[in-house]
Amino acid sequence: MLEDFEIVAGVEVHAELATKTKIFCGCTTEFGGEQNTHVCPVCLGLPGVLPVLNRQVVEYAIKTGLALNSEIAEFSKFDRKNYYYPDLPKNFQTSQYDLPICLGGHVEIEVDGVKKRIGITRVHMEEDAGKLVHSGATISTSDVSFVDYNRTGVPLLEIVSEPDLRSVDETVAYLEKLVQTLDYIEVSDCRMEQGSVRFDINVSLRPKGSDKLGIRTETKNLNSFGSVRRCMEYEIERQAEVLSEGGQVIQETRTWDEGRGITLSLRSKEEAHDYRYFPEPDLVPMVIEREWVERVRERLPELPDSRRERLLELGLSAYDAGVITSSKALAEFFDAALDKFKDPKTLANWVMGDFLGLLKAKGIPVQSSPVKPEGLAELLNLVENGTISGKIGKSVIGEMFESGKGAAEIVKEKGLVQISDTGALSGIIDKVVNSNPQSVTDFKAGKERAIGFLVGQVMKETKGQANPGLVNKLLKEKLETM
Amino acid sequence: MKISKEQVEHVAMLARLELTEEEKQTYTEQLNSILEYAAILDKLDTQDVPPTAHPLPLHNVFRDDVVKPSISQEEALTNAPDAEDGFFKVPKIV
Repeated sequence: MLEDFEIVAGVEVHAELATKTKIFCGCTTEFGGEQNTHVCPVCLGLPGVLPVLNRQVVEYAIKTGLALNSEIAEFSKFDRKNYYYPDLPKNFQTSQYDLPICLGGHVEIEVDGVKKRIGITRVHMEEDAGKLVHSGATISTSDVSFVDYNRTGVPLLEIVSEPDLRSVDETVAYLEKLVQTLDYIEVSDCRMEQGSVRFDINVSLRPKGSDKLGIRTETKNLNSFGSVRRCMEYEIERQAEVLSEGGQVIQETRTWDEGRGITLSLRSKEEAHDYRYFPEPDLVPMVIEREWVERVRERLPELPDSRRERLLELGLSAYDAGVITSSKALAEFFDAALDKFKDPKTLANWVMGDFLGLLKAKGIPVQSSPVKPEGLAELLNLVENGTISGKIGKSVIGEMFESGKGAAEIVKEKGLVQISDTGALSGIIDKVVNSNPQSVTDFKAGKERAIGFLVGQVMKETKGQANPGLVNKLLKEKLETM
Repeated sequence: MKISKEQVEHVAMLARLELTEEEKQTYTEQLNSILEYAAILDKLDTQDVPPTAHPLPLHNVFRDDVVKPSISQEEALTNAPDAEDGFFKVPKIV
């Protein structure tokens, strides 16, 4: 059934900006305050107040536009989007309609090794709405609802894509790339679990080979890549079923029910949107000077693609480079460690293996890791110069996470220095050889692998502290004289 | 351009206004006479005139991103018709 159709999808992304204050007033944007304590007459929409635009919001919008290859408008203004909903105290949302701050642009994605350019239609600034808590299980079964306006007026960027996405994988890749970019340029903290980035997914199907767009649905307010994937898979299946049975998809807004794994119709046709946009009379327009745009461009940090490219040139695999550049914090960690430890491949192995593993086990983000880049580099240098074996290194990094102590300190305290002293090792090798005559016979009979077992025994005797290369060499010499 | 009674009903619904039949009639007439008057402007050639974004000859009025004190929860809720546990309490939404 599905193979008869082509998927056409486009996405609207709402990202909360990392400003200290709201878009039109000085209230803090801090997450999680007690309800209705981050509010003032402006964001509560009390009569007689005047909003004043936060310069930082405009600057972040310009920065985002530049990172997304958009054109930054020379003239831009705000408009009122009118609708009645109690999460908006003013009964309109201050947004941008026909003169958004950024126009056009694109993001490059890669799915299964195929690169594709996804168009950006526009980026505009607007204010976030408040939070509703319903008395019942859902909005429709609630007699009353409770409103917290702390989030009202937190600056948002709405980033609208072209309907260029042709699969669930492409959609998720696009969203990941977009969020990664916002993270890199530090315009949003991108805390998805706190709802600081939200996705609205528009999807329609059309018969394969057709170039006419089908009727789409819009599913609003998804806040993880996982739910985008599940929601799209469900919605595609649902539409394919409707169309295969000769039915018509209804153009409507839907909501994703994570618990049940289905989308539900949210608004009926009778309540079709009629936002009656008009220019916001309380805010004067913006003239974006080109000097401002250039100043922002000059300070634009290295973007994910170029960072990834740089790691590939250092000899990392595409997969490793992808993981390390997936967040700015991890990429910066890697670069800082590489500054003190010069072997990128070994560093990548440690970062992706033990380091990320331990962070994940403890549930802490890279930024707050007890092991700093210099600390990891110190450890790896100890392994590299033979002070400790790689195996001991793995236990040392665990200890570094636990105690916060430096690698050299732990190695010294616990006496973990690798035994690279021929004299000290000879005695142990003699002992191992004498107590494993079978392995010796096997080796003599040409079974090269038998030496591996003997090396293992020596390592065990020395609690992993022997230099494996040296043990191997000494063992071979010993066996050859026998 | 002429406004129909249906359009008046639609706009009233969007604005959450309950109108009597009589009011609908009155507003349809009044709105039409306002539009008729404004239609004088149609006589002007506005081909090369950009739409007005704002009547004041000002642009770029910004503030710095500096936190100012908010008001207290108690003050915020002073004029609320109904409140509970620090929340504004609103009637059934849908």
